[in-house]
Amino acid sequence: MKFSVVVFPGSNSDYDAAYAASRVIGEQAELIWHKDTDLKGADVVILPGGFAHGDYLRTGAIARFSPVMGAVKSFADRGGPVLGICNGFQVLLEAGLLPGAMVRNDRIKFVSQLVPIRVEQTDTPFTAACEPRQILRMPIAHGEGNYYAPPDVLAELEKNRQVIFRYTDAGGEVGVEWNPNGSLNSIAGICNRERNVVGLMPHPERASELSLGSADGRVVLASAVKALASLSR
Amino acid sequence: MRARVYVTLKPSVFDPQGRVVADALVTLGYDDVKDVRQGKFFEVELGDGDPITAKARVTEMADKLLANPVIESYRVEVLQ
Repeated sequence: MKFSVVVFPGSNSDYDAAYAASRVIGEQAELIWHKDTDLKGADVVILPGGFAHGDYLRTGAIARFSPVMGAVKSFADRGGPVLGICNGFQVLLEAGLLPGAMVRNDRIKFVSQLVPIRVEQTDTPFTAACEPRQILRMPIAHGEGNYYAPPDVLAELEKNRQVIFRYTDAGGEVGVEWNPNGSLNSIAGICNRERNVVGLMPHPERASELSLGSADGRVVLASAVKALASLSR
Repeated sequence: MRARVYVTLKPSVFDPQGRVVADALVTLGYDDVKDVRQGKFFEVELGDGDPITAKARVTEMADKLLANPVIESYRVEVLQ
């Protein structure tokens, strides 16, 4: 199975994501330059964290027009699993592959900390190996992770069970004090209506080995392996 | 020809940066300040042409790239 990790100018978690997919999970991983228009036989596509194109204008605003994004969109339209991590999530929002937008964190602070998030849904390719309501500890590192969607879109997301991860306390309780950035409904990650495209602000690849402080993120990539294996059976 | 594009967050979207600027102004003694909304301003240099066509093109640019219509609204002016 092959994970293709897109490299934008300014990506900085590209190697971490490829390392987690190959050395930790034990699958193939290949880096794809953003000017490529071929995903090199990807089974799973990852848009990694970082500051694509310097985050100029808005986070993800320039990256969505990178040549590779046409191939990513076709891959997603065919039902291929796509994971956007942090800046990758912002790119998916700007590209319209996920609904809503990111605004500046409500406390105007870049937040960099290990936080608990709760798995809300397990029927996506990136949560298939999770337990329902499992708590995962993963690092966040962003200045614009304050998820916003207009009220009608937010209501649709909740109704269609598209909220995949929420910020909580260590016991899994949602509360304003556990919401690090002001995201509506404490949203840390969502999926599209077809459920194959997932975006989240926390970094699973930076929590893939105990030496990093948490290995809880491993299950996100392992889920893709499980989900694809069950499809091919 | 030159066009100007003003981009602001929609009224329904909380603007944390504008809030901090407003608080700073009040701290400086401008206590009549009720709120500040921070936005972006673009000057786009264009070749000579028809101003109506130019306005339509710059509006398209704003919609496609300069603003994110999910959270922002924009206004386009064409200067002769």
